[in-house]
Amino acid sequence: MTSKKYILGVFEDEDVLLNAIEKTRAAGTKIYDVFSPYPIHGIDDVLGIQRSRLPIVAFFCGLCGTSFALWMQIYMLGFDWPMIIGGKPHVALPSFIPVTFELTVLFAAFGMVITFFIISGLRPTLKVPVMDVRSTDDKYVMAIELKEGTDISKLNDLLRSNGAVEVNQKEVVK
Amino acid sequence: MQHVSPIREPLVTGGKTYADITEDVCRQVEAKPNMRWMIALGVSLVFLGIFIYSVYRTLWFGIGEWGLNKTVGWAWDITNFVWWVGIGHAGTLISAILLLFRQKWRTSINRAAEAMTIFAVICAAMFPVLHMGRPWLAYWVLPLPNTFGSLWVNFNSPLLWDVFAISTYFSVSLVFWYIGLIPDFATIRDRATGPIARRAYALLSMNWTGSAKHWSRYETVSLILAGLATPLVLSVHTIVSMDFATSVIPGWHTTIFPPYFVAGAIFSGFAMVLTLMIITRKTFKLEDYITLEHVESMNKVITLTGSIVGVAYITEFFIAWYSGVEYEQYAFINRATGPYWWAYWSMMTCNVITPQLFWFRSIRRSLTATFIISIFVNIGMWFERFVIIVTSLHRDFLPSSWVMFSPTSIDIGVYVGTMGLFFTLFLLFAKFFPVVNMAEVKSILKSSSGVSHTHNPGASMHGTAPNSHKHD
Repeated sequence: MTSKKYILGVFEDEDVLLNAIEKTRAAGTKIYDVFSPYPIHGIDDVLGIQRSRLPIVAFFCGLCGTSFALWMQIYMLGFDWPMIIGGKPHVALPSFIPVTFELTVLFAAFGMVITFFIISGLRPTLKVPVMDVRSTDDKYVMAIELKEGTDISKLNDLLRSNGAVEVNQKEVVK
Repeated sequence: MQHVSPIREPLVTGGKTYADITEDVCRQVEAKPNMRWMIALGVSLVFLGIFIYSVYRTLWFGIGEWGLNKTVGWAWDITNFVWWVGIGHAGTLISAILLLFRQKWRTSINRAAEAMTIFAVICAAMFPVLHMGRPWLAYWVLPLPNTFGSLWVNFNSPLLWDVFAISTYFSVSLVFWYIGLIPDFATIRDRATGPIARRAYALLSMNWTGSAKHWSRYETVSLILAGLATPLVLSVHTIVSMDFATSVIPGWHTTIFPPYFVAGAIFSGFAMVLTLMIITRKTFKLEDYITLEHVESMNKVITLTGSIVGVAYITEFFIAWYSGVEYEQYAFINRATGPYWWAYWSMMTCNVITPQLFWFRSIRRSLTATFIISIFVNIGMWFERFVIIVTSLHRDFLPSSWVMFSPTSIDIGVYVGTMGLFFTLFLLFAKFFPVVNMAEVKSILKSSSGVSHTHNPGASMHGTAPNSHKHD
């Protein structure tokens, strides 16, 4: 059982929050995470969040779907049990397009979503590590991890002077 | 900071704050069900009972319980299948295509519209499965290794394409819908007081905390899913239309079918969204979120797609004459003047004439008129499929096999019953799930609510609101 302490700055406006993030980072303080009720436009830049590479995952999963679908149809109707259907060749590629397209979409969508769940740690669980429940309603919460020897009052001043309406402490037991 | 457009109407009225949105949407999830909801659910369950009874008769006594005969081997079942799938398409259009086009008005209706998609596809899937006669062998449509008959499924058949198209469409729509629900489930979880509600919504919300990193990925995933769902929804109705277009039946064998079916699907789907939304906004007091602006926008889509459908009907007639093919010409003359003339003219009236009333702004913005016209469109689109299917089949190449089709009570029971299934699912959704996407509505509130927010005393006190973060 390890526990970590966080200091939470609660904000009431997204523009104030974005400004506070910039100021906090400029002051050399590392921000653990920011919690908001909806995606804030422009927060990625100020927090330095890299552009997600999930589209690449989707592309390669889609490619797997395309290959699998083509292999499946060509193998089954062309080689494993060839039959003449409607006078078409055994490997009638034009009529394999619909199934190939559908499986491409299916693999791309599921591959990307499953990757998203895994890398973000999203899984059904009863105990949810929410820092401040108001952050899913109408407040924005900036969490800064407290390490040994961090000056709490200085952090408090920094957050308050940048527009935090509340500054709280929270201990999270892992 | 607050941008008020001189041209565009606000998307959220009533001067709502973020907390108000949470409160307004969570209210009916948390409150005890009201009387109106209970009565509606009761009625839906009666219709669900009719569905179960009709399905029991169909399975126990066989497909002979339906009014099909040797000439008309497909009738209400496939009509209802196409009708339901078409209705489903509006949900994907609103959530995916309008997302790609950055249409912000979609945010307050996309949740319910996507739910409608999923439930409509469930209803649609009932018909081909029941028409198999032996639904317990439904897995035969999958390419599984086996030791009976011709060994693999026929990948040249549009019916098999349908299997892949509908199941992919259903799964991807479900995932898209669920991804959007996760943050809202988290909101409900964090407000929940009862132990059951807290646990249920904790499981559903998948550990969501609203972290900036997660939101960033969430937006990427939504965008890519929208990009995947857009060609998917077009492919689904294209493939459904190929069930007909790849055959050699006069009246079916036409290349116009895919775009014509897709336009018809969007047309009927928006009508169903309007029918449902007008009831939902009233019942759950969501008038500030689903405004007349939303209704008007949807009515414009209905006018556009209704006109495309109208042009398609006329084109079909022209091409039948221009082709010089006697059978093709007869099929169309028979549609308009034969024994099913009433179905054809119901279709023409409901689909071509009624949506043109939306050229008048006052009708476009009238809830009563919109509600009535949306019902007309739903009826018209059902007749469209009935006309295409039954009139093309009932008088085939050999006059000695000409027959009429009339539905049995079981046919009617299965159809009416799927409405019970649909509304039961929709009412359960409306009670236990957030019907409006709270997170997305909150994200557009600042730029489109039409009032400036004074809920940030902290900001004004310190005077630190920067101008560097412009919201477009």
